[in-house]
Amino acid sequence: MTDTGIGARVARKEDKRFIMGKGRYVDDIHLPRETYAYFLRSPHAHAKIDAIDTTAARAAPGVLAVLTGEDAAADKIGGLICGWMIHSMDGSPMKVGPHPVLAQEKVRYVGDHVAVVVAESLADAKSAAELINVSYSELDPVVDPGEAPGSASLVHDGIERNTVFEWSLGNKEGADAEFAKAAHVTKLEIRNNRLIPNAIEPRAAIGSYDQAEDSFTLYTTSQNPHVARLVISAFVGMAPEHKLRVIAPDVGGGFGSKIFIYAEEVVCLWASKRIGGRPVRWTAERSESFLADAHGRDHVTTAELALNRDGKIQALRVHTIANMGAYLSTFASSIPTYLYATLLSGQYNIPQIYCEVDAVYTNTAPVDAYRGAGRPEATYVVERLVETAARELKIDPAEFRRRNFITQFPHQTPVIMAYDAGDYHASLNRALELADFRGFAARKAESSRNGRLRGIGFSTYIEACGIAPSAAVGSLGCGVGLWESAEVRVNPVGTVEVLTGSHSHGQGHETTFAQLVSDRLGIGLEQVSVIHGDTDKVQFGMGTYGSRSGAVGMSAIAKALDKIEAKARKVAAHVMEAAEGDVEFRNGSFTVKGTDRKMAFGEVALAAYVAHKFPTSEIEPGLKEGAFYDPTNFTFPAGCHICELEVDPETGTVTIARWTAVDDFGTLINPLIVEGQVHGGIAQGVGQALTEGAIYDEESGQLITGSYMDYCMPRAEDLPSFTLGFVETKSPSNPLGMKGCGEAGAIAAPAAVMNALTDALGVRELPMPATPQVVWEAASTRQAAE
Amino acid sequence: MPAVAMKVNGSQVSGDVEGRTLLVDFLRNQLNLTGTHVGCDTSQCGACTVLVDGRAVKSCTVLAAACGGAEVTTIEGLAKNGKLHPMQEAFREHHGLQCGFCTPGMIMTALDIVKRKGTSLSEETVRHELEGNICRCTGYHNIVKSIQAGASRM
Repeated sequence: MTDTGIGARVARKEDKRFIMGKGRYVDDIHLPRETYAYFLRSPHAHAKIDAIDTTAARAAPGVLAVLTGEDAAADKIGGLICGWMIHSMDGSPMKVGPHPVLAQEKVRYVGDHVAVVVAESLADAKSAAELINVSYSELDPVVDPGEAPGSASLVHDGIERNTVFEWSLGNKEGADAEFAKAAHVTKLEIRNNRLIPNAIEPRAAIGSYDQAEDSFTLYTTSQNPHVARLVISAFVGMAPEHKLRVIAPDVGGGFGSKIFIYAEEVVCLWASKRIGGRPVRWTAERSESFLADAHGRDHVTTAELALNRDGKIQALRVHTIANMGAYLSTFASSIPTYLYATLLSGQYNIPQIYCEVDAVYTNTAPVDAYRGAGRPEATYVVERLVETAARELKIDPAEFRRRNFITQFPHQTPVIMAYDAGDYHASLNRALELADFRGFAARKAESSRNGRLRGIGFSTYIEACGIAPSAAVGSLGCGVGLWESAEVRVNPVGTVEVLTGSHSHGQGHETTFAQLVSDRLGIGLEQVSVIHGDTDKVQFGMGTYGSRSGAVGMSAIAKALDKIEAKARKVAAHVMEAAEGDVEFRNGSFTVKGTDRKMAFGEVALAAYVAHKFPTSEIEPGLKEGAFYDPTNFTFPAGCHICELEVDPETGTVTIARWTAVDDFGTLINPLIVEGQVHGGIAQGVGQALTEGAIYDEESGQLITGSYMDYCMPRAEDLPSFTLGFVETKSPSNPLGMKGCGEAGAIAAPAAVMNALTDALGVRELPMPATPQVVWEAASTRQAAE
Repeated sequence: MPAVAMKVNGSQVSGDVEGRTLLVDFLRNQLNLTGTHVGCDTSQCGACTVLVDGRAVKSCTVLAAACGGAEVTTIEGLAKNGKLHPMQEAFREHHGLQCGFCTPGMIMTALDIVKRKGTSLSEETVRHELEGNICRCTGYHNIVKSIQAGASRM
């Protein structure tokens, strides 16, 4: 290994351009003769469109086109799709309502796209949009997911009870039998609050049509440009793939919300063609992000745990209503099913698990993957139940967990997953030590003397990353394969370009992927460049989400590097006139066993391109290899987070005093970057627990939390510095032993906070977000009772 | 359209702007200084922070026409002769950024904090002073460390 290889704590290569203000995000790109799109959005949650009169808007200054759903239908622009098929318990396929890129006949949520104005300037487009006259007949909106099945109002005509599917996983009879004989049952009603992802870069798109080539280019804020191209080609029908180039340049955060294919991207492409090929650009205002980015979470759950006399978990039963919003977004159906119920075993040996999920339509923005996607919801259910059960049984929460931990691997859970490696005792024990758990009682007493309530809460979470192999996810209903591709191009001077189907929008791939190359080829980081985010450069790729870029994306690079090394060895053998079997490769040099013959990697690369010293009938000139890698299993990162907090009962203010996280991500490529991922995940999880919640008005379906003044994301002062530790069990499902680190904090944190807060307040249940008002009311109620 | 002239990153610039043109739009669209970002349009997130006459200002909430004669410094103006500013270096060294979108605003705010609070900054001070800047990636942990380290080298 080099000092810039795997495990090295090196600063990021990509940082320089960002700290100099030279990043290149979509909105920074300007094309000649560009025009501006502005979307007219629905002011109603649910309404029939009686008529749209665009006459005045079309005649307004600077306007080039005003397009509606009728125009899209006439031009045969297809709708958006959901790529994961779920079947209900009765065997019927999920009920998918149409998802046109501009509304047809009805609008289904506040912010739904009604029309687009394309004009010479943004101001012209906005002014003209005000001249569009839409006649609506308002309909009763369906807002509360719990009431959706019984609502007289239907989001999609013909989809009865507003129900997408009624799905189940696990063995009902087996679970029921355990509950019938349980010594103790712990039951909780849990609302997993609806969140709005809020990457700080708003979504943006530039569509450009080339009349001469009959081809399109789309610049977009995407986590997976090839998937966007596939959907816009194969389903929307804009153009065949070889006639559509999708570029996702620097992207300012995604957190899932930029996985999906959105109407605006499609409309910018189509509009460019409609106006004769001038580029059409659009950048969301923050209020549009709130209204029309896919939201996350939003589960209404009843969950119960059956325990025997020894405090051992015997069974878990869960019923969840999952709000899908008004339309099924790209991967929406997979989130509350295969990414949720399959993780309900947590870190525990649970003989029987049964889960039912009813997915419903409501007149709200579509709900899809948000950091963790289903897994935070699962961990929240399990860890709230476990903590509550331990308290009810008066068993120390750490001891309760130990009693139920899985200790043998591989471990087959009752809900599909086969955990392959882990050491849950190790992460819990290390976390207790780092958190100075022994000192907690003294700190609590000290808080008490100051009139404060101190609490501590655990979250021993699990997640599944690197979703794979492709055949397995295909059998569960996924419409695509979840492998990754890579190409390694070695230049004649020995520098290397890595082309990857992963996409970096903050994860630091330009550094970590280069570290792998540095490690394997013994060259410096500065000799490696990583290319991603352009479908004309990278052949294909599935993109970045669910912490798959390390476990899957880097494994593809590793496989390509194997091929590079194998070919370079052949070349080196010929040049050094040795048998291939006698050639060794170490620290960037090829040597011949038992001799002093030696060639640096760069010399071999040059020899491969010069092609003077080997028979080209046997060995092709050049040094470039590609690989597609499909893992053998998911990976299972896990760990223990401990939150210690203090409540001021007078104001309801919560101060997080200490945060300890011990995670097992398998092999760490760059600890500096991994720590950053954990920090960010915790912050978002704390946000969910304490401050963030999307609220729609129950009567009107208007989004009440539509700006940063209403939707409260954690600021620096709301968070502490974090104490991190790691344990390492290697994942056997990929060659590098990696597991993934992007979601861990967001998965673990909400339960840790709420377990600590209920501990501090001495209450059994508390809703998220536990805002000062919620906390103050709970504290006041408790004080009154005392 | 009224003409406006100001000094940006040490150079005299001028342009015709509409009365409603915001400083951030003038910087991004007319001067092509795209390092200053717009994250929220409501002066909450701080991604658009620049220095106007030495003070941190949210450029999404200031009219370009109101900055006539002012001295404006953007993120592009910090590195001198190819050498990064100590605050920029500190962000890189301490992994104070991930997606990079809020970063220019964080760095410009950091310079304002140092100007007002000095070069020896406590964690508490930095966290409090960052109330006008939102980062969604880092959880602030490394931003706080970066600002403390950068300040100590100024």
